[in-house]
Amino acid sequence: MTRRIAVTGIGAITPLGVGADALIDRWSAGESGIEDGLGRCVDFEPEEHLAKKEARRADRFTQLSLVACAEALAQTGWEGEKPPLDPERTGCIMGTGIGGIGTIEEQLTVLHERGVDAVSPLAVPMMMANAAAGVVAMHHGLKGQCYGTVSACAAGAHAIGAGLRMVQYGDVDACLVGGAEAGITPLAQAAFARMGATSPSGISRPFDARRDGFIMGEAGAALVLETEESAQERGAEILGYVIGYGATADAHHLTAPDPSGDGAARAIKLALADAEIGPDGIDWVNAHGTSTPLNDQSETEALKTALGDRAHELPVSSLKSSIGHTLGAAGAVEAAATVLALRRGIAPPTVGWEERDDSCDLDYVPGEARSLPGNGRPLRAISNSFGFGGHNAVLTIEAS
Amino acid sequence: MASADKDQIQERMTEALESFGADREAINRDADWESLDIDSLDLVELAQIVEEEYGVQMKEEDMKNMKTVGDAVDFVAERAKS
Repeated sequence: MTRRIAVTGIGAITPLGVGADALIDRWSAGESGIEDGLGRCVDFEPEEHLAKKEARRADRFTQLSLVACAEALAQTGWEGEKPPLDPERTGCIMGTGIGGIGTIEEQLTVLHERGVDAVSPLAVPMMMANAAAGVVAMHHGLKGQCYGTVSACAAGAHAIGAGLRMVQYGDVDACLVGGAEAGITPLAQAAFARMGATSPSGISRPFDARRDGFIMGEAGAALVLETEESAQERGAEILGYVIGYGATADAHHLTAPDPSGDGAARAIKLALADAEIGPDGIDWVNAHGTSTPLNDQSETEALKTALGDRAHELPVSSLKSSIGHTLGAAGAVEAAATVLALRRGIAPPTVGWEERDDSCDLDYVPGEARSLPGNGRPLRAISNSFGFGGHNAVLTIEAS
Repeated sequence: MASADKDQIQERMTEALESFGADREAINRDADWESLDIDSLDLVELAQIVEEEYGVQMKEEDMKNMKTVGDAVDFVAERAKS
């Protein structure tokens, strides 16, 4: 029998604030962390959380990872000298879309202006996309499997899926999983703008007829996964369960999603089949919902293909309406938010949704958070993540 | 080189080491790298500063023989003189 995997710790640094509570409290209240067309973590001052040496040796995406992971591990009881789980049997998988792009841009300027000899010896360990996973593992002494996942905006969800399988299979007893991105930099902003991905209007409004692209966001989020048995034995609080995972590729186009949503639909079906439930077994969809014309239309198609009539009965929310698109962090932030929202029995709103688009004809939870009706079983949701390159990763999450 | 120059070099190195995260109170001539939590990556950064400001190259093999702040100060003072 497949092992049942519990979530026993959650951490998040997002444009809504430092800490997972700020994320779920403010999203549920329909608030937005987007200012001047960007989703920056304005309340996050790395020096307040990290030692000077650690802060200066870490790109901002790693700093976000460190603080989010520390919050998740603290919640699971991983503090001080005696960790509650065997460090050699605890993994650490962190996703990112780009990695240390702020460092790359800075050091490229140094190279051009001051020459080869002036480039920092810290450049490589700061810019490498696996830095977050390595640095977090080093900080907490996590000695099981450790690596980064890189799949653009699906990276955070792939990290959770990889960690889930690792714990289910028994390769480790627990795994710290998550994602981080700090891509609000001149080059990344220019590059996304030139390919027409970001919003000229500076407004994130997923599934709304007026949507015109995504808002760049930054964030870090982490979850602790372990077997239900282990959590119960040591008396850890179970916040929710990851009960299914499905991942596919579009094999269609470098950046555009398959308009039919075929790849995404197959990932959703796999995530439900993995959880051994059908479309009636879920109560809410935490959508990828980027606010780009293409994603939101093809994701709507995918939901209809995968869920049939059930798609029209389910609330479909997008957190990106509140914090923008945090790229490689998004899958982790959204999975964290899904666990937290299910605990409260609500579907938070797609903030600012007003105008229906004929190609986006589902219930996008406008206005305010909605209570999910009870039905005699634990509440469940899927959390969708899709990335440039045609990567699709979907997680099925169940309330505790 | 006059001793005042050595003092100046030590002051500059102290400033650099502090910026790398070492505790200023613990930085003195006799302090070794390990006690200051200064590793090989920090030493490469220190070498970059030294080269830029004093025109002195501190190569990897040179740094192998430097165990303390004083060793590095003396090395730079000696080379900066010639």
